[in-house]
Formats: sequence, structure tokens, C-alpha cells
Amino acid sequence: MTSLPQPGAKKLGLVIDLDTCVGCQACATNCKEWNTSGHMAPLPDRNPYSAGAEGVWFNRVHAYEAGDGEDGRTVHFPRSCLHCETPACVTVCPTGASYKRAEDGIVLVNTDMCIGCQLCAWACPYGAREFDDDAGVMKKCTLCVDRIYNEHIPEKQRQPACVTTCPANARHFGDLGDSSSAVSQLVAERGGFELMPELGYKPVNRYLPPRRAPKADAGPPKDAGPLPSQISNPLLRWVDKVLSR
Amino acid sequence: MNPAPSIIFFTVASGAGYGLLFWVGLLRPLGLVPASAGFGALAIGVALVLVMLGLLSSTAHLGRPERIWRALSQWRSSWLSREGVAAVATFAPAGLFFVGVIGGGGGFTAPMGLLAAIGATTTVYCTGMIYASLRPIRQWHHPLVTPGYLLFAAFSGAALLALFAAFWGAAAVPAAIAAVLGAAAFILKRAYWRSVDAAPPVATMETATGLGFIGKVRPLDPPHTETNYLLREMAFRIGRVHARRLRHVAALAGFAVPAALLALALPLGGTLAGGLFIFAATGLALVGLLAERWLMFAEATHTVALYYGQDPRA
Repeated sequence: MTSLPQPGAKKLGLVIDLDTCVGCQACATNCKEWNTSGHMAPLPDRNPYSAGAEGVWFNRVHAYEAGDGEDGRTVHFPRSCLHCETPACVTVCPTGASYKRAEDGIVLVNTDMCIGCQLCAWACPYGAREFDDDAGVMKKCTLCVDRIYNEHIPEKQRQPACVTTCPANARHFGDLGDSSSAVSQLVAERGGFELMPELGYKPVNRYLPPRRAPKADAGPPKDAGPLPSQISNPLLRWVDKVLSR
Repeated sequence: MNPAPSIIFFTVASGAGYGLLFWVGLLRPLGLVPASAGFGALAIGVALVLVMLGLLSSTAHLGRPERIWRALSQWRSSWLSREGVAAVATFAPAGLFFVGVIGGGGGFTAPMGLLAAIGATTTVYCTGMIYASLRPIRQWHHPLVTPGYLLFAAFSGAALLALFAAFWGAAAVPAAIAAVLGAAAFILKRAYWRSVDAAPPVATMETATGLGFIGKVRPLDPPHTETNYLLREMAFRIGRVHARRLRHVAALAGFAVPAALLALALPLGGTLAGGLFIFAATGLALVGLLAERWLMFAEATHTVALYYGQDPRA
């Protein structure tokens, strides 16, 4: 059914910290590694070892510059499915292959029903869906639905592959529908935001803003006192040194 | 957006087919086109062939065409599914209309013609709404898109009907309708272009990344060095010069010149010259519509291109 389910209380999603992401691509790599044999496997690659290499990835890490001068920042920006609350990618699907799970809000594709019309990719503002030319069906992030409920792996590992692998701890997974969850509190604390809210898709995933760099030169300039070398009295020079710390 | 030839041919061919079916279904009961079985069979037959060729072409865009029957299931939410249901449903009255016309045109023929006309309108309306419902593509999510699909289908269908009626020396009514619709299509398309050219982008790199609070956002490193599906499908670019030229081709060859030729054919009546004018008008209209439909895709911008640093204004 591509009609949306009644919105559930549970909204599983990711919180991505743009302050600490270092753009190492580990999340994209581990995503590819897990998912090419996971729920929506395989994730094909064309010409993987030569010019013109391209393939299906669920996670793409961009890098941007924002602002100018000393306020300017370099920001690494992972982009993946936001598991929207009102995903038009689901409602446009003519076959029922695309669906949003009532129990946790995960947006998935049943690749056995997909006809490969690609209308869902057009309907997604965020570029979360990539077409598998080999299988003729659409593929997308599963939020590692085959890890997070998987009782065959240790409990600590029941997290999306991108989250477990992030060396900067910039990715967090949890229930954004529960205001007391760790991820919800992180979003509240840090002022997490959603992408392109003006399109009205109500993404579940949140991004945490890069922290503002502390002003190197806050307040009026300090009194230009004498340089230590200009203080001839050793005791006073020592006092100046201590007080200047 | 990538202008896939299969979809361009599909929407132009089946649009013209449904337009033709609409006008035969409507004008035949009113006695405004030749009532002979031969004329009816030709017009309805060509309409159905165009529709079927179009639908066949659309399956070339599918990754798994053998599963197409599944597309009839989600009419509650999906305009594409509704289009499929409407297209399949329209074949029933259209087929009976065809049979009735060959059998002498009595009994159920007129009601089936009118039902086929309603089905044709519904199908083209659904086609338009597939595009008009997509918010990430501002050139499609526009109030003139669906009226445009309906008008262009009605125009090309009326031109085809005039062409066939010319062989019976009775092209006046469909030619007059086509001339008016061609002029209306010219005005609508120009208004549409003026509107989309002036409209602000639906989103910016600043809102797409949420980094606007820092300042202007610029792309630094792309996530991949080669192309990918998103760039091929949704970040298609054409040179502005070509776009401007093609707009002239579409507006003039597609709408203005055919409308003028059809109007000129009216006083010529059933003469050979009149027939040739209608023939030229119909041919030009179909070529122009292919250009119009190509532009509809090529000029459409998708918000995903923002993540790759494409200027939303371009």
C-alpha cells in the first residue's frame, strides 16, 4: 500500500553532527559494504576498476564551504534517506512497492514489486533513491532494518552500519518520536534542524549545526602593557608572567 | 530532468490519440464530422493505435516492464496508477465505439463515444497531474502544467481529425476547433514560460544543506568523482541558447504556424490547397509538440541538483 499509514509514535532516524563530521567517507563505505549483501542487495557497480566507475550508494558525503572570511566554515555533509513523515516517494508509487512502515516509520522498497518507473526518485527532493540498472528496480537506504532488529548480532551492534563505523561519533541513531530519547535530547540541546522544510516532506532525520568558532578577538583590545623583556625587576617580571597566564 | 525519448514519444503520441478520440467521440454524435463508417473507423482506429504505441513506448522507460500490471493497484494515492487505470478503462468504451461505428452507428454508439471522450480527458488529466504533483521540480509543480497537457492533447487531436475529415471534404469544424486551440496553446505556453522564468527557486543550497545561517553555501568537494544516477536523471543541463531556439520551434512550429495554417484552410473549403494546409499544420504541430515535450523535461530543475552545486536559477 502506498497510502501512508497512520503516523506512529516511533520515528526511527539518524542525527548527523555537522560539527564533528570529518568527511572521512567511512559511513558511506560501511553502508555500501553492509547493504550490498543486506536487505536491498546487491548494490551494483559499473566499471568499478576503470574510468566511468559508478554505482548505487545509499549515502553520499558532500563537502561545502559556508560563509566568508573568519566566519566561513568547511562542512562535510553526509546525505542519505531522511525517512520523511510525509514521503511523496511512497505515495507516487503506482505498484505498492514503496512503503512506509507504521511500526517505526522506516521507508522501504519491496524490490519484488517494483516496476522501475523511477517516479519515486523524481518525487524525492533529497536524492535518496538510486536506480539499480542491473535489477531494473529502485533502491534506497533501509536504515539497516536488517541490523537494528537483528538478534544474531551482539546488541551493541544493532545500529545502522553508518553509525557504528563513524570514527568521529558524528552519527547517532534512535527514536526521534520519543522526546526523552538520547537523540531527541541531542537535537534539542544543539538546535538540530531538518533539510528543506519548505518542501513539506517533514524529514525525520536531523542535522546538528556546526558550532560557531569562538571569536579569536572578543571585546575591546587589551591594554598594551610593557613587554616582559621591558620589565627589568625580576620579581615583577615573574609576577607579570604568572598574572598573564 | 533527463528527457527520456520513450516518455516524450509516449506523452505526445498518446496525447494526440486521446485528443483525437475525444473529438470523434464528442463531434460524431453531434453530427459535426462525417458519419460514414469509413471515416469513423479511420479516426477511432488511428486514435487507438496512437494510444497503444504511446503506452508501449512508456514501458521502455520501466526497469521491469513485465510487472506493469502491478501499476493498476495504487490508484488511491498515485497519479501514475490512476493514469494506468483510466487508460485501461478507456479502452472499453473506445472499443465499443469503434465496433458501433463500423456496425452502422446505431444504439450504444453515441453513449460509448461520449464515455470514450470522458475517459480520454481523464487519462490526459492524470498524465498532467503526475508531473504537476512533484514539488521538487518547480517547472512541473505549476498550475499551467495540467491545463497544458489537456490543451495540447486536444489541439493535436483536433488537427488530426481535421486532416482525416479533409479527405471527406468536411474539415471545417475540426479545423476551426484546432485553429482556436492552437492559438490558445500558443498563449498558454508563452504564459507558462514567462511564469516559470520569473518564479523564485523552490529551495536554495542554503536551505538544502541548512547551512544558510553561516552564510552563502558553495560546493567544495563532490561525493564522487564520476557521474551517477542522480546526476544523469535529475541534473540534466542544456545550453541556454538551445533552450531559447527550441522554445521558438515549439511555440511557432508547434502552435502558432499550425493555427494560422488551419485558419487559412477554412475559406479554402474542400480544395486540394485547403487539404495541404491542414496536412502541413498537423505535421508541424506533432513535430513542435515533440520539441515542447523535450523542453518540458530538459528545462525542468530538480532540488537534488542543489546538493551538487547547481544554481537553482539556471
